[in-house]
Amino acid sequence: MLELQHITFNVGEGNDQKTIINDLSLTIENGKFVVITGPNGSGKSTLARIIMGIEKPSSGRILFDGQDVTDMSLTDRAKLGISFALQQPVRFKGIRVHDLLRLASGKELSISDACDYLSEVGLCARDYIDREINSSLSGGELKRIEIATLLARKTKLSVFDEPEAGIDLWSFQNLIRIFENMRREIKDSSIVIISHQERILNIADEIVLISNGQIQKTGSAQDILPELIGTTAAVDACDRLK
Amino acid sequence: MLDLNAVQQQLMAEIANLTDVPAGAYNFRVNSELAGRNTTDNINIVSKEGMPGIDIFIKPNTKNESVHIPVVVSESGIKETVYNDFFIGDNCDVVIVAGCGIDNCGTHDAQHDGIHRFYVGKNAKIKYVEKHYGSGSGEGKRILNPVTEVYMEEGSSMEMEMEQIKGVDSTERKTIAELKADARLVVKERLMTHGEQFATSDYQVSLNGENSTADVVSRSVARDVSRQTFNARITGNAPCSGHTECDSIIMDEGKILAIPSLEANDVDAMLVHEAAIGKIAGDQLIKLMTLGLTEAEAEEQIINGFLR
Repeated sequence: MLELQHITFNVGEGNDQKTIINDLSLTIENGKFVVITGPNGSGKSTLARIIMGIEKPSSGRILFDGQDVTDMSLTDRAKLGISFALQQPVRFKGIRVHDLLRLASGKELSISDACDYLSEVGLCARDYIDREINSSLSGGELKRIEIATLLARKTKLSVFDEPEAGIDLWSFQNLIRIFENMRREIKDSSIVIISHQERILNIADEIVLISNGQIQKTGSAQDILPELIGTTAAVDACDRLK
Repeated sequence: MLDLNAVQQQLMAEIANLTDVPAGAYNFRVNSELAGRNTTDNINIVSKEGMPGIDIFIKPNTKNESVHIPVVVSESGIKETVYNDFFIGDNCDVVIVAGCGIDNCGTHDAQHDGIHRFYVGKNAKIKYVEKHYGSGSGEGKRILNPVTEVYMEEGSSMEMEMEQIKGVDSTERKTIAELKADARLVVKERLMTHGEQFATSDYQVSLNGENSTADVVSRSVARDVSRQTFNARITGNAPCSGHTECDSIIMDEGKILAIPSLEANDVDAMLVHEAAIGKIAGDQLIKLMTLGLTEAEAEEQIINGFLR
């Protein structure tokens, strides 16, 4: 279980200070599939990075399975069982797909196990296992490899920052199947996804709508979705300005 | 293995992956003395007269054979310049493994300057692997100044892998290559300097024949207060294509100067250079740390991959 208690995150100093997350509290129960949504710039990605420990909150506490992890490093949180798929996956010269999956799994990873993870994300393992994670891979390929690293990690809490961005239509069905498999296979595991996609929102146990760094609403997909569609949160900025 | 002590065996393993005498032709030089030699029907090795070094003769049409010529220096105070010439016949396909390891536990400098000249015959195909390595805790410096000259006949190809990852205090590397028509040269250099080390690497590649090609790629890492200079010039004197790339990671207070340069003397010479120097990207560290690695472990993985 993940508990965010009164999280505030400010950037800048003095008069230039801006509040990105404003006294936000949220509990993510074990076994839940939670989608955090909201307009661009609402603080969703920042919140995901705070959960992982990439950013430190200005105030507030974070508890993971009852343990206070607020001051814990990124590495220690990862070891404790939190994993994170970046919105924009990173390229590495010389590091191969197999190396990254091995590091993610934390042990010597057989080629056949590595291949299973790649097949799961719809990549032909034979073609990718020895590829370098460099600019020869497309954005969509990188995104799938990023998701495969989380499959290899098998942690109790997995946070995905816009996993659907750059993924084509075919893979989209696959992506939803992956999330469902992850929930089934890792006991008591929870998944947090930052997304705008209606089809991902549709399969959520709980939707958290964020705006201006605060939670506007939480509830089930049935409760929230009808309200969300047609509100300002679902309308793009140009329309809102009219 | 030949009669080598533990330190010498360790150096041999580092520079040439050798734990036993290799198959095929070899010449082992240990502390300026000949420590072992084998020749084959196709590959002959002869000591030079009047100067240190060897001549290696590879008969035309020799295929799937190898030559190992590792050098080990494990005594402080040795300073030597060695001349090795390779005469490679037409249509050969061979692997040449060189390399030098210095272990210096003393207070005097130990220095090995290897001057290698390759005369590569028509349509011959060579793979050349050279590793440099230093160890030992003495105050004396470990110095390696290799000079490599490559003269390539029509249709020949040469792939050079040159690696210096650890322990060499000072190195000045000079590589000169001249290519005739349809010759192809690929150079892959890997260099890491640490402590107060200093390394320069200088390439002068002349593409003299039609359709000759050269690809000179260097990846390097400068840590601590070490310094590096990379200077690569490709000259196109005919319709040809050349590419040089220097990609470096800089850490701590390391300093790197990259000077790629091109000279086109023919309107159909196509030459490209690239150079990039930067520290390890923050998002690379973050990604590996989200997998449970510490920052130091993440750095090590990134560098090992980069220098692969």
